[in-house]
Amino acid sequence: MAPIIAISGLSKTYASGFQALKNIDLEIRRGEIFALLGPNGAGKTTLISVICGIVNASAGTVTADGHDIVRDYRAARSKIGLVPQELTTDAFETVWATVSFSRGLFGKRPDPGHIETVLKSLSLWDKKDSKLRTLSGGMKRRVLIAKALSHEPQILFLDEPTAGVDVELRRDMWQIVRRLRDSGVTIILTTHYIAEAEEMADRIGVINKGEIVLVEEKAVLMRKLGKKQLTLHLPRPLTAIPAALAAYRLELSADGCKLTYSYDTQDGETDIAALLHDLTASGIPFRDLHTDESSLEDIFVSLVRRQ
Amino acid sequence: MNLQAVRAIYRFEMARTGRTLLQSIVSPVLSTSLYFVVFGAAIGSRIAEVDGISYGAFIVPGLIMLSLLTQSISNAAFGIYFPRFTGTIYELLSAPVSYIEIVLAYVGAAASKSIILGLIILATAWLFVPMRIEHPVWMLLFLVLTAVTFSLFGFIIGIWAEGFEKLQLVPLLIVTPLTFLGGSFYSIDMLPPFWQTVTLFNPVVYLISGFRWSFYGIADVGVGVSLAMTLVFLAACLAVVHWIFRTGYKLKA
Repeated sequence: MAPIIAISGLSKTYASGFQALKNIDLEIRRGEIFALLGPNGAGKTTLISVICGIVNASAGTVTADGHDIVRDYRAARSKIGLVPQELTTDAFETVWATVSFSRGLFGKRPDPGHIETVLKSLSLWDKKDSKLRTLSGGMKRRVLIAKALSHEPQILFLDEPTAGVDVELRRDMWQIVRRLRDSGVTIILTTHYIAEAEEMADRIGVINKGEIVLVEEKAVLMRKLGKKQLTLHLPRPLTAIPAALAAYRLELSADGCKLTYSYDTQDGETDIAALLHDLTASGIPFRDLHTDESSLEDIFVSLVRRQ
Repeated sequence: MNLQAVRAIYRFEMARTGRTLLQSIVSPVLSTSLYFVVFGAAIGSRIAEVDGISYGAFIVPGLIMLSLLTQSISNAAFGIYFPRFTGTIYELLSAPVSYIEIVLAYVGAAASKSIILGLIILATAWLFVPMRIEHPVWMLLFLVLTAVTFSLFGFIIGIWAEGFEKLQLVPLLIVTPLTFLGGSFYSIDMLPPFWQTVTLFNPVVYLISGFRWSFYGIADVGVGVSLAMTLVFLAACLAVVHWIFRTGYKLKA
């Protein structure tokens, strides 16, 4: 299936000379939740802003549902809803008015029924006549989501949807996003909370200093993360792994003093007990042992550091 | 053409007027009424007629123009500046609207407001001074053209301004003096010859002269010249707006 968003060779250099995006190639699949992970200033918001038409690209092309975002901006933009990071709302408008306004702005006929559905799904219905300035931060965030959903977009960008949001609301937000995905909306969210990407995403992309450094299925990534290693420190160096232990995935260090056993916690059962038993049976003593596991955080940090 | 968007923005802007009724309508009407009381009834009775028109009636077109210019500029400037200030402009920029639609909606709303205001001031004037309108169609044409042109000008200022101070600067420091010196309160014939020539460089002279002609059939400059100058200024504003959207000036990084 053709990707719903195709980005190719996208670069952005601001007037100040700062290069926010460097030759980005990325494809977003139809119907997925894609998490764009990266530290502050990595280029997450710039990338979203270019796709949504708020910032002009310096080079490269983007298509949304097959429509070029510059040449065919009307078709492209009407497919897209954007929830910005900052809580920017009018102060004196009511919730109902501002959400209806957004629908009109995106060229859709008034549809009070749809607005009602959106507001109810975001628990905003009883606030529909409230002025925006009287709402709490969390409520404002919901209003911004309602505005973005008012014109029934196929693609939804959520820029840091849970930044500064309390735990309960965050859970709520996650649920809302999942429901949207189930209704067929493709969702691209940016976050610097690794747990959020882990919780929500189908695929994860890591961006750092304007470059995409990794794009991976979350499941694949988690499998990599699920790897654990048991290291055994030997008092007497080995020259080779004994034949009796060949069945295990073992690695011997260059000096022969360390045996490393890799195993997968997600496989359920592990062979650690059997390995230790066979080791003793082969007459190989060990001085010490320890286990390592990598987290998404470790991978993330090492990716970001490497640059 | 995304007419739904034009309608949404237009209605949003008009609703803003409704909320700020006191500032948008009542205060210009009040200040204009004060002009009539002072210059029309109090001082005006001691001033000789100008070109056969009582002084109170003579200043009506100029006073309407004064409000029309300042209100068109500030309505349009504020309308586009405020979303830039609060950040809600992101939505406008990410919406499937062309710049022609954006300008049509914002400038249309600002111009509508000042036309309504101009007509209210006209009705108010009627209560204070005896007057006539010889060319009502031309009067409306000048009213609409001026409102649209200066709303465009205000729109440009709203995009150019980086703070509320700059937003007030142009109306306060340029437009108000030009209007006062543009023959709102006097006929250019009353000036010494040197200043008559200088005055012809003031674009507002042409607006007021043409507008006054539509009321009383008297003008400082030919009505054709007035119309031409208004259209030149309109074209200039359109050119600047076109440039703004082509380059994304202060709207898009």
